[in-house]
Amino acid sequence: MPLTLTLREPPAVPLETEGLTPDGLAGRSRGEIEALTVWHGNRRAQLADFFAVSGNGDGELRVEGDLRRVKFLGAGMTGGRLTVAGEAGMHAGADMRGGELIVEGDVGEFTGTGMRGGRLVVQGSAGHHLGGAYPGERAGMRGGEILVHGDAADQVGAGLRRGLIAVAGRIGDAAGLRMLAGTIVALGGLGATPGAAMRRGTIVAMSQVTLLPTFAFACSYRPPFLRLYLHHLRALGLPLTDEQIEGRYARWSGDGLELRRGEILIYEGGR
Amino acid sequence: MRLADTEVVDTFAEAFPMWGARIVITADSRAWAHEAARSLTGFATSVIGCKCEAGIERELDPAETPDGRPGASALLFATDREGLAKRLVERVGQSVLTCPTTACFNGLDGEETVDVGGQLRFFGDGYQASKLLDGRRYWRVPVMEGEFLVEERFAIAEGVAGGNIIILSRDAAGALRAAEAAAAAMRTVRDVILPFPGGIARSGSKVGSRYSGLIASTNESLCPTLRAQVPDTDVPPDVGSVLEIVIDGLTLEAVREAMARGLEAAAEAGASHVTAGNYGGNLGPHHIALRDLVPGLRD
Repeated sequence: MPLTLTLREPPAVPLETEGLTPDGLAGRSRGEIEALTVWHGNRRAQLADFFAVSGNGDGELRVEGDLRRVKFLGAGMTGGRLTVAGEAGMHAGADMRGGELIVEGDVGEFTGTGMRGGRLVVQGSAGHHLGGAYPGERAGMRGGEILVHGDAADQVGAGLRRGLIAVAGRIGDAAGLRMLAGTIVALGGLGATPGAAMRRGTIVAMSQVTLLPTFAFACSYRPPFLRLYLHHLRALGLPLTDEQIEGRYARWSGDGLELRRGEILIYEGGR
Repeated sequence: MRLADTEVVDTFAEAFPMWGARIVITADSRAWAHEAARSLTGFATSVIGCKCEAGIERELDPAETPDGRPGASALLFATDREGLAKRLVERVGQSVLTCPTTACFNGLDGEETVDVGGQLRFFGDGYQASKLLDGRRYWRVPVMEGEFLVEERFAIAEGVAGGNIIILSRDAAGALRAAEAAAAAMRTVRDVILPFPGGIARSGSKVGSRYSGLIASTNESLCPTLRAQVPDTDVPPDVGSVLEIVIDGLTLEAVREAMARGLEAAAEAGASHVTAGNYGGNLGPHHIALRDLVPGLRD
């Protein structure tokens, strides 16, 4: 049985849990884990005040309960596997370096912000700033992979520096805002102003999208690298068809207000 | 020793370490993947004159390739790491980058790697772009057709070159028939290539020459036309033609397995004799005795 932390009842105000990671808890006794510091609002508390601890995971951690007000789940993890059985609050997987974080429900804002490695899988939907940048920071996510099986809200991959964000559902406005590099794949549609002020990087849209006038059409082709990415994403469970993998994409270069070295690839049809 | 009606000489093949890489080429069709692989492995029969030895290992089904397209895998060997890196850049650059619809990937696992795509990216003249997926970096090089995708680093490994069998027969047609059968059997083994045309060499060589500056010359002791002129001929009286198959592989086991299958196939196809080339055991560290290859050999 993996090491399991069960939230007894939802906290009255947000609970911050930095350090609750498989690698952070590895080798610790149950007593040590129960004594770990968490912040309940502005009040210091012990983990045991909120969670029941059971099991003894070997690099595997499971967190259960109504976790919508629990922040920073899996933040900074470097290895192992963390499963959140249900929804997760803000900042889940922020600054992740490695390992796998699976959230079986929705996640809040700023999920995966500053992420540098590992894989974050959201089986529900994600709030604003998924893999994005904190206000005032130039670069957002710097590596790793984020897969969302539901929708994602605004500013997905804002400031994206490196890494892959794929969303099976719809992505909100300003995806890839000021992105520097990396890849965003939107299987279910993109909101307004995708790629605004992007310098480099790739946004892939599987349905028609209205682009800013600062993007210019280049050509229609089958990007060889995209086959690798889409095969990879299908192997990870995202619903991609053979037609999408082998299909033609319109390449739009932009943002013309920046370097015009980014691209938005819009699916045109199969084979 | 005998295997069926074939006389097997009790000797050994002498093989050497060489550095090897596996290149996976994909394309929109099997034909174009093969075309690029053929070009990549062309003029690479022997390090003596080509600086490397290369061959097509096998065709790949779409399910076996990184991008899900039909492909081909080729092995390329050179005497040292630096030489191998240079040959990879030259050959992928001239033969794969130029070939319609292709992409090129590293096909070997290993800690030691050399830079290939990272060099070829400069063809993009500043318009190239990279992608990092699952820890592997790829370069997208814009070309007139569209885009050439090449992996940045290729793994290299110390392999074995110079495995061989030598097939003797009463006449040229019989030797060729037996050699073709042997080459076909050897190609069923993974991790090996047969670098000579069709896998078969008619001009086995010895080290050195009476002419200064020539590092290899004809192996007169196995030339049937010189049997009456050469005092130490190895050509039996009833033999009129001799062919050699050279095998390079990523592992000694693979080379040995290819030799074994080739020996059996050559015997079955009617070779009168099978022997192997060596340098008296003084040069190469790998000695592959024919005696140990096939269980059915009898003294």
